[in-house]
Amino acid sequence: MPSQIPADSVGLVDPQSAYFDEPLPLRSGRTLPSYTLMYETYGTLNAERSNAILICHALSGHHHAAGFHSESETKPGWWDAAIGPGKPLDTHKYFIVSLNNLGGCHGSTGPTSVDPETGEPYGPDFPIMAVRDWVKSQARLADRLGIEKWHAVVGGSLGGMQALRWSIDFPDRLDRCVIIAAAPKLTAQNIAFNEVARQAITSDPDFHQGYYYKHDTLPRKGLALARMLGHITYLSDDSMREKFGRDLKTGKLNFNYEIDFEVESYLRYQGERFSDSFDANTYLLMTKALDYYDPAADFNDDLSQCLAGSRCKFLVVSFSTDWRFSPKRSKEIVDALVRSQKPVTYLEVDAPQGHDAFLFPIPEYFSILRNFLAQETRHAQ
Amino acid sequence: MRSDMSLLTRWIQPNERVLDLGCGDGELLAHLKREKNVSGYGMEIDTQNILKCVERQVDVIQQDLNEGLAYVDDQSFDTVIMTQSLQQTREPDLLLEEILRIGKRAIISFPNFGHWTTRFYLGFRGKMPITRSLPFRWYDTPNIRLITFKDFEILCREHGIRILKKTVVDNEHAENWKVKMFPNILGEIALYHIEKI
Repeated sequence: MPSQIPADSVGLVDPQSAYFDEPLPLRSGRTLPSYTLMYETYGTLNAERSNAILICHALSGHHHAAGFHSESETKPGWWDAAIGPGKPLDTHKYFIVSLNNLGGCHGSTGPTSVDPETGEPYGPDFPIMAVRDWVKSQARLADRLGIEKWHAVVGGSLGGMQALRWSIDFPDRLDRCVIIAAAPKLTAQNIAFNEVARQAITSDPDFHQGYYYKHDTLPRKGLALARMLGHITYLSDDSMREKFGRDLKTGKLNFNYEIDFEVESYLRYQGERFSDSFDANTYLLMTKALDYYDPAADFNDDLSQCLAGSRCKFLVVSFSTDWRFSPKRSKEIVDALVRSQKPVTYLEVDAPQGHDAFLFPIPEYFSILRNFLAQETRHAQ
Repeated sequence: MRSDMSLLTRWIQPNERVLDLGCGDGELLAHLKREKNVSGYGMEIDTQNILKCVERQVDVIQQDLNEGLAYVDDQSFDTVIMTQSLQQTREPDLLLEEILRIGKRAIISFPNFGHWTTRFYLGFRGKMPITRSLPFRWYDTPNIRLITFKDFEILCREHGIRILKKTVVDNEHAENWKVKMFPNILGEIALYHIEKI
């Protein structure tokens, strides 16, 4: 934590957990007999219980979206830029709920949790989660917190896909749906990136078919590689040029296979740091959830038909240099919403940061987020 | 509120589904929502305008109108409105066709290049006119398809478009008898209510 907590920070926060013993039937056909969800809340739920906003996290996210866990924590939660007093997700106005999804590795039941049937960690035997399974578990958390209807469900990237799924599966339980830097389904190119990431992990000799916990080791190298690859796709060509150019780490070419360029050093650092804090089986599971996501598939591949039952208003935001989920992919969602005559607002934010832009406090982006959340709802639909 | 906006309000029926192409800061749609309880969207390219629309509670989609509206279903809006933007599009004839494919009716307004001031300006000064409704220089103007009322009506005839109503206003944005008698000379801005025959 910085020596003084900034005035627009939610400050120190305590993660909470909720245990559910009602079995959760999953898309895969399997069932999770019981589970725990880790979550954090910021702000205060009003008496009408009408000011709650759900934050859905992306591939490597978790429940810690804002504030600090302790005085020794140096970095705040992953979306601290957007959440706090006076920020677009204003904790003076809203009660914000952020959870770690099932299959995660930050406290919610996932591959690192102990399987009650075997007494061993689930490991690769943890059921593969689909986005609709997450949304179902999030709805149960809403029940637990006494939230009948969300003021908004908000998410970026894979989080945006969850928000979209909410509008389809629980149309009466949200007033606003905010879909940021997302897509209605992955392209072959997206799936290809995920597959290379998975291969990097599973071919690490320390992977042991996913049972690395038993071998008291971790597939660090593979997970770091997967993260390095992912990281490249989250940045834009321009932002990498800007950040690293062809700068040399030691000022000269070394004529060996160690680090020459700054960009190599940066990627290795990111990969290594990530592999210390993230579980490889969770990474595999999250990429599968992405690959499998395709809500229109149940509606003859017609997304507008799929969205016909939704009753919320939508905000869709994309970023000009995002090539992992390009503006064109967001526009597919918008086009489907227009065809099904749903209220929607769409903005492509001019931003150099690539896919990562959704985490940055870009003025136009934050302005539209703030003002959209403040809009009244029309229940005429 | 621009007076061409208040003039066209009377052509909109209550509860219509409306699409406003080039909706600017959303003033017209906010007005129509209030006065006529319309639903629908604005389309706009400029980010700052979009942010203003959102503040006004107007649903707005960022869209370059030159990229087409192919994804919008046939006849899915009661009225498609385009005020003072047709002259800024690359292919206004094709756009007009598209407008009347997705809308049952349309309301189009544009500045009249046949207005006496522009005729005078070009005729006597020999330079591209800079007027109140066309305030740009030739090299920085967004108005790349300059139209007179006559030109527009010829285009409508050729494309099987029926003119339901028209209103021509002078530079005070008022309708008066002089303007009605010599619209292509004295009318500064025209409003057309059209449909496909």
